Amino acid sequence: MDLEFQGITVNFATGGVEIDHSQPPVLMVHGAGMDRTVWSQQTRYLAHHGFSAMAVDLPGHGDSSGELLSTIDEMADWLAGLIRSLDLGPVRLVGHSMGCLIALETAARHGDVTERLVLMGAAAAMPVHPDLLGAAERNEILAPQLMTAWAHGTRAHIAGNPTPGLWMRSGCQALLERAADGVIYNDLFACSSYEAGDIAGQVKCPITVIVGSEDKMTPPKATAQLVAGFSEVELLHLEGIGHMMMLEAPDQIREMMLTALQ
Amino acid sequence: MVEPDYLKFDTLSLHAGQEPDPTTGSRGVPIYQTTSYSFVDTEQAAGLFNLEQPGHIYSRISNPTVAVLEERLAALEGGVGAVFTASGMAAFHLACATIMSAGNHVVASRNIYGGSHNMLNLTMPRFGINTTFVDPRDPDAWRAAITDDTRVLFAETLGNPGIEVLNVPVIAEIAHEHGLPLMLDATFTTPYLMKPIELGADIVMHSVTKFLGGHGIALGGVVVDGGRFDWAASDKFPTLSEPYDGYHGISFAEEYGHQALSMRARAEGLRDFGAAMSPANAFHLLQGVETLPLRMRRHVENTTAVIEFLEENEAVSWVSHPSVSSHPDHELAKELLPKGAGAILSFGITGGREAGRRFIENVQLASHVANVGDAKTLVIHPASTTHQQLSAEDLAAAGVGEDLIRLSVGLEDPEDIINDLARALRASQKG
Repeated sequence: MDLEFQGITVNFATGGVEIDHSQPPVLMVHGAGMDRTVWSQQTRYLAHHGFSAMAVDLPGHGDSSGELLSTIDEMADWLAGLIRSLDLGPVRLVGHSMGCLIALETAARHGDVTERLVLMGAAAAMPVHPDLLGAAERNEILAPQLMTAWAHGTRAHIAGNPTPGLWMRSGCQALLERAADGVIYNDLFACSSYEAGDIAGQVKCPITVIVGSEDKMTPPKATAQLVAGFSEVELLHLEGIGHMMMLEAPDQIREMMLTALQ
Repeated sequence: MVEPDYLKFDTLSLHAGQEPDPTTGSRGVPIYQTTSYSFVDTEQAAGLFNLEQPGHIYSRISNPTVAVLEERLAALEGGVGAVFTASGMAAFHLACATIMSAGNHVVASRNIYGGSHNMLNLTMPRFGINTTFVDPRDPDAWRAAITDDTRVLFAETLGNPGIEVLNVPVIAEIAHEHGLPLMLDATFTTPYLMKPIELGADIVMHSVTKFLGGHGIALGGVVVDGGRFDWAASDKFPTLSEPYDGYHGISFAEEYGHQALSMRARAEGLRDFGAAMSPANAFHLLQGVETLPLRMRRHVENTTAVIEFLEENEAVSWVSHPSVSSHPDHELAKELLPKGAGAILSFGITGGREAGRRFIENVQLASHVANVGDAKTLVIHPASTTHQQLSAEDLAAAGVGEDLIRLSVGLEDPEDIINDLARALRASQKG
């Protein structure tokens, strides 16, 4: 689904289902250098289970046009504007990695547009390895490779994709390779520059956080630090799963999402 | 500088796609000899049928044993996914049928396997898909043949029978300049010798029957989805970019993006055309893939030894293989195929068609079969067998001289292969 917003074309995956204003809206936000397809194992399922499911491509990502937004604050403001333009009321906002920061900041700055947050691969601070940041700045293939290597748990590097025939590692790398020059660096720099401040004091809606025990990019310890600041938060664990949990453990994530979103 | 700690090729050949069976602990890949799979409940069944969640429904569409092989080949090729089929030709058809419809057009190398040539030249036109064949070494010919209706460029990584090396980066760039994917048949190279996706190809197919299996006991084919081509960038590929009524309005590109080809090829192509691989064949082929790197290294070593022998033999007038300095693609092969240019070569036998016939009748170790890529050395003289109905002029036009012997070098002790060839060559000259 495409729509025009602030002079650009914004692309969504909706599970092949038209947006239904009578269904509770769920908006999913991808991580650095990625796009809507990281939610491919959840979007269509939610769309057929009582939600208006929308996985958005941020500006300059996937099939959305427009200039890249260079800070998490800018991304959050843009997303809040987009939610208001959808005229669906407050949404259940789901984020992955950088998408978690955007979701948190959207809820903090624009509490009227978020009803609840579900965060996967979340941390209050997301420092980026200097070699990765350098490779991304130079648009080297090393950047997608390092992100792919670190983003998956041990099992996902060998096998275990429940979708017959799909190979997770190359799927992630190919997705990142498709990003236009500058996209990965823009996003990683935005993550590494982000300072959460008193985010816990500003977010008023309930939060569910899902953490993978083998997440190297937002390790469980970093997720725990984030969660500790919030009063109304539920923390769910996935054993043996890495940062790309929506694809590494799609069945569990669907169940967790369904429970958290209802 | 840090490096990605990816598992290496030899490790993936053994492990990719498989974990020990969670129920039995079986370390080997079990053969799931079943047609169908029990559903947990009606909701799960509905979700599987509607592509809301992944899993197995019916073995025509997917099977756990076949899925291991699919994941493994995708891993070895660096593709986002793979779909296995009953044969290499089924894979070729599946790829074509997934991205094209009546009115579309293919630009293909003229030096391809006869079966592929027949499909493009004779069969596909009946379904409204036509092909222009070009010299694979001529980039301008590729460009000139592209029309508004073209939807794919197709070639083999190593051509047949001249073992032409395709300049993959150059042809890929031409394809991408025109918003088209490059599809390659990489049967002769396998991912051990060349990874076409890293060189710019978008779809890779194999007759897995050949080197990947290695044992010559099971047929199979595969389509590997590179995942780098943007199917939604134009309106040329509506099967991937437009809503599909077959699954309640899903757009494969919108939902699956870089994995759209894999998903549609399975969800529609295997469902409707049904050229599925049997789980038993998948098991057999997995045994071959486990030793692919070891075997390919030995194939290349033996080929080098055989070429050295042939070049010195008085009954041999010429030897054609990209590793030979006189081969037109010798320098390109060094660049694109640093581990070796495969184990299939051709040579000219002094004495023409009759000497060729005598040579074939006197080999004892090498097998006289219409196949390549076996663990055993294979040999054929096209002028007296597969092409025996052609005149000398027609043979020349097909690039198959009367004197041409095609050899697929196997894994036997190289001395034994050479002794067998030497004996047959001596006999061939006693007319």
